[in-house]
Amino acid sequence: MIRAVAVLLAAFTLLLGGVYPAVVTGIAQLVFPAQANGSVVSAGDRAAGSALVGQPFASTRYFWGRPSATTPVPFDGRASAGSNLGPSSPALAAAVRARIEVLRAADPGNDAPIPVDLVTASGSGLDPHLSPAAALYQVPRVARARGMPPERVRALVEAHVERPFLGLFGAPRVNVLALNLALDGLDR
Amino acid sequence: MTAAAYAEIAVFFAALTALAVPLGGFIARALAGEAPLVGRVLGPLERALYRVAGVDPAEEMSWRRYAASVLVFNAAGLLLLYALQRLQPALPLNPGRLAAVPGGVAINTAVSFVTNTDWQAYAGESTLSPLVQMAGLAVQNFLSAATGLAVLAALARGLGQRSKGALGSFWVDLTRGTLHVLLPLSMALALLLAGLGVVQSFGGEGRWPLREPARDASGRPVTEQVVPVGPVASQVAIKQLGTNGGGYYAANSAHPYENPTPLTNLAEALAILLVPAALCFTFGGWVGDRRQGWTVYAAMLAILVPLTIATVAAEQAGNPALAALGVDQRPGPLQAGGNMEGKEARLGPVDAGIWAAATTAASNGSVDAQHDSLTPLGGLWPMWLMQLGEIVFGGVGSGLYGMLLFVIVAVFVSGLMVGRTPEYLGKKIEAREIKLASVAILLPSAVVLGGTALACLVPAAAAAAGNPGPHGFSEILYAFSSTANNNGSAFGGLTADGPFWRRATNVAMLVGRYGVLVPVLAIAGGLARKRAAPPSAGTLPTHGPLFAGLLVATVLLVGALTFLPALALGPVVEHLQLHAR
Repeated sequence: MIRAVAVLLAAFTLLLGGVYPAVVTGIAQLVFPAQANGSVVSAGDRAAGSALVGQPFASTRYFWGRPSATTPVPFDGRASAGSNLGPSSPALAAAVRARIEVLRAADPGNDAPIPVDLVTASGSGLDPHLSPAAALYQVPRVARARGMPPERVRALVEAHVERPFLGLFGAPRVNVLALNLALDGLDR
Repeated sequence: MTAAAYAEIAVFFAALTALAVPLGGFIARALAGEAPLVGRVLGPLERALYRVAGVDPAEEMSWRRYAASVLVFNAAGLLLLYALQRLQPALPLNPGRLAAVPGGVAINTAVSFVTNTDWQAYAGESTLSPLVQMAGLAVQNFLSAATGLAVLAALARGLGQRSKGALGSFWVDLTRGTLHVLLPLSMALALLLAGLGVVQSFGGEGRWPLREPARDASGRPVTEQVVPVGPVASQVAIKQLGTNGGGYYAANSAHPYENPTPLTNLAEALAILLVPAALCFTFGGWVGDRRQGWTVYAAMLAILVPLTIATVAAEQAGNPALAALGVDQRPGPLQAGGNMEGKEARLGPVDAGIWAAATTAASNGSVDAQHDSLTPLGGLWPMWLMQLGEIVFGGVGSGLYGMLLFVIVAVFVSGLMVGRTPEYLGKKIEAREIKLASVAILLPSAVVLGGTALACLVPAAAAAAGNPGPHGFSEILYAFSSTANNNGSAFGGLTADGPFWRRATNVAMLVGRYGVLVPVLAIAGGLARKRAAPPSAGTLPTHGPLFAGLLVATVLLVGALTFLPALALGPVVEHLQLHAR
């Protein structure tokens, strides 16, 4: 029995722990190199981020993404995490209230109800998306900060909306980094 | 709940069934060494392995020898995985220069992956090198699933044997389950995921300047974003297919590099249930009566579909505490709405609700949303699905062998009601089978309730709960429900790397795995020695809606009577408090 255990464990470690990931890596690097290496997007000639990983935005000139619970910085790529706050947690209610205040202060005239994903922390802390509702909510602020007509900013958001797969799976969404890069592109 | 949510659930389960039926037939052929294509490629490798390992592929093991082989092989795997973590800094492929994993956490992780639990008291991307993830964790993801598959095959042989007392060879079952079933499936899923955006490389990191520099908590400027990458797609494939659930990243399949799009989410969610679902049909083929497989499958769906709907409905309804603040949680064409804390915008509450039900019905435990932030009822149903014993689909192999224990109990109970000697597939069910089945059903439940009670009494253990009030109690109850049933998901607010929690979860995971597996093999050995009696007019048929109903009632009755009081103290109280405001 000892021989069987030793040989099978060693052989499977080599095969499943070495050959299997090596073959998958080889094929993936050959056939889908962009996806396999993190879907990096560039602006001009240098890397500007990943199409799949959100970045922190705080200036009024940019669309803000989902709140991020990573530490020590929001959107810390080395430490993916959610808040793990329970639904009845006083800390959750306090955090949401504080985020609402920041949004209201940045856009005093905007009385629209605030979409839930704009004031709740994402599961990974790296969420690259917003709901279209949450992006549209920010249109007046971004347009004012950039001195652009709101219709133009709104049209840009609408052009970035991605729909659910087959109309059912997933949620309607907007990639925040792509949207902000497009905004900067309009400026030039 | 919206009509689109019902439609999504319906399409999901239709797709699952359409994939599981043919896969069930494939697995039956593969475990017999007769799979076409795959057998031709990997068959020579299989035979070479037997030669070198000194294995006689025709060996017929007694249940004791089969069980001993399982235990020794799993123990050796545990030691190897522990050693790899401790030796991490001395091993190659460690671009992040990560240190050795502390001993206590390394033991906990080794136990966790060998028992098919994948409870994680560490954060993947900052603790383990690509080498340890690949050669340590992923290997056990395969082998723990193959172990479950092998034990199920042994039980099926016990039921199908014509009084020979032989259960086949563990080495052959393990090898074929790994080479012919799990490896080709994982390879296919890994490549699909890699094409859709899941990263796959030999380590390193993505690094780029932030579009808008930020500041950390102490005011220092942060100008770069760095995201570790590695062999993620290959690992995610087997963690989903092998009902393991341990993520490459701490955020598991909520992380955009592990699950970037709604389509990858669908593929990964289907993969959670796929093999356990297919095994129902494999089993029907093994015992020579397809109706037996369909009956068990229907009973599982009859429990899972309503609980999925209940979970999705709770999540889509949102959180009343946030509604009170004027937050808009209504689902519509411009937003998924609902309870979005801990969820990703690309997925939303319907996808996350389906996943939460699937991952706890199967003993998978991967998450695409943080379960600690689910609404009270959205967390209650997944918790109960684990507490039922991980038998509604459950783990690869272990789910069905656990469900067959309930079949034995259901046959016994109905035998008492009609006054006939109970039998299943022609084999008489007697005192020994009922005793062993009761032990295997009650042991994990005792650990869940006993462990939760103990943790509430030990101040250091209770203090690990990250949320106050009944939700903190839910975190503790969830932790034991998850580990004692080898699920591995968590209410992540619980700090699980302290000494109490490490030791308690070690015990829970080992009892939950081997306290069921060994009695199952003992039952298989006993049944194999019995002569099969032809069905008579007084035999209760174990197929069809009547028996499926009996089976569902047995499972729900045992699960409800055991856990309702505990659930009332956690999620039920929290739900009432939240809605009373």
